[in-house]
Amino acid sequence: MTLNLEAVGLRHANGSTALREVSLRIAAGERVAIIGPSGAGKSSLLNLMATGLRPTAGVLEVLDSRPWQLSARQRQRLRARIGLVHQTPPLPPRQRVVTAVLAGRLGDWSLAKSLINLLHPLDVPGARAELAKLDLADKLFAQCQQLSGGQLQRVGIARVLYQRPELLLADEPVSAMDPVLADHTLGILCRHASEHGVTLVASLHAVELALAHFPRVIGLRAGQVVFDLPAGEVGSELLDALYANEQLASPPVPQPAAVPLVVQIPRC
Amino acid sequence: MLKSDVRDPASLPRLLITLLVILLLWPGIRLSELDLGVFFSGESASEMGQFLSGFWPPAHDAEFLDLLAEATLQTLAIATAGMALALLIAVPAGLLASRALSLSALPRGGRPAWWGRLLRWPVRGLMIFLRSVPEVVWALLFVRGVGLGPTAGVLAIAITYSGMLGKVYAEIFESVDQRPAQALMLAGGGRLEAFLYGILPNAAAELLSYTVYRWECAVRASVVMGFVGAGGLGQQIDLSLRMFAGGEVASILITFLVLVLLADLLSRLLRARLT
Repeated sequence: MTLNLEAVGLRHANGSTALREVSLRIAAGERVAIIGPSGAGKSSLLNLMATGLRPTAGVLEVLDSRPWQLSARQRQRLRARIGLVHQTPPLPPRQRVVTAVLAGRLGDWSLAKSLINLLHPLDVPGARAELAKLDLADKLFAQCQQLSGGQLQRVGIARVLYQRPELLLADEPVSAMDPVLADHTLGILCRHASEHGVTLVASLHAVELALAHFPRVIGLRAGQVVFDLPAGEVGSELLDALYANEQLASPPVPQPAAVPLVVQIPRC
Repeated sequence: MLKSDVRDPASLPRLLITLLVILLLWPGIRLSELDLGVFFSGESASEMGQFLSGFWPPAHDAEFLDLLAEATLQTLAIATAGMALALLIAVPAGLLASRALSLSALPRGGRPAWWGRLLRWPVRGLMIFLRSVPEVVWALLFVRGVGLGPTAGVLAIAITYSGMLGKVYAEIFESVDQRPAQALMLAGGGRLEAFLYGILPNAAAELLSYTVYRWECAVRASVVMGFVGAGGLGQQIDLSLRMFAGGEVASILITFLVLVLLADLLSRLLRARLT
């Protein structure tokens, strides 16, 4: 069992509750998408799985160990086996792409190796191979500040691919990409996961992408799991209920009754 | 009264802080006995005028210029050696005192655990002690210990500046974007690796400019310490002042100006390379 959450709750320091009574079991090699409205707790859940947040209630098991009962050293070793793709990739603007990608393995490298790699990249072919998968090999020696948001997201993904984690978590990994690129990039993440037997958990805004790429979909709303179903069983009613937002309900537009709606598509 | 829809919740605290600053500054001016009228009272103005008129022309005979060159080199050497020694203490102390590399702060939104904060205090305390005693006092102490000469100046600068550099380094590490380093630590990287890959790229320009500025200050400080016998330009200016050789003082002051100008140029050059 890669991930096991039993009645996990998370309360932030400011008192707001991000997650309540979340129970999940995700087996090794599964690919799971998490969907839900903004503020539902998707990022909190992923950060919790990445051991970046400590649950305030319940039991969390990641890769068959309880991260918060380990010593700091053991927890760092566990963290080296977990890869998290951040929504806005945390890359220093002046760092070169090659260094940013190679930094994925810092958890495995000795300090001396990290230091030498900073002065002279030690595995240029490795970084190039990961970037090539994402169609970014030409940016290998560019600085991160020269890239667009979508390109930065792909650098962040390349870093995690280079890390070769056993558990790959992705927080809105394609939010800054155009639809075609987003589809392509998610395809690469999923192929990497199935080829290497990696467990993949991704949160996504685009529901159709989640349904197209992931066999299992979890709906999250107000910090609680609303549904946890195979992608084929997620219907439009479930989705409407998941994304229903009372505050945004548009004022009722007076509609002339019984007039057949004719959509005019302008042609040019 | 402000209506509720245009009210800024920050305006009341801002107003109070402004009032507090004014309240604190007023007694400060009284206590320091600042009185600008003293410049315009006839006697002191003519005293200062006489003192300054001796400064022209600056001394430029070959013998004095030789002496000046040697003293300048000595001053630069004192400042540079002192800074190098100070960095040996300041860099590790800054890393230890900074919260930026706290592992326990990861799941707490950047606040280290209580024991982490407790352990940082001895390092902070050491740096406060090192920099709270002025370098001239250290110089006086070391002149007693190692005798007259530049060694006392080097040691004094090393001690005071290690405290200042360490404190400011720790704050610079905390002031840059923390997410890169936190992400690296979350991916299993060690603290030093996270520092090298996550914080240093963002902080390098700031660190460099502050270090060069401190080196400039060290040049000035080594001059002041010359007055208590720690060698360099300071000793020279002390001698010239005692002999009422205004021209020599003027030459030395021009040398300072050139040194500070050079430090400024160096800082600009290095920053331009880094940003």
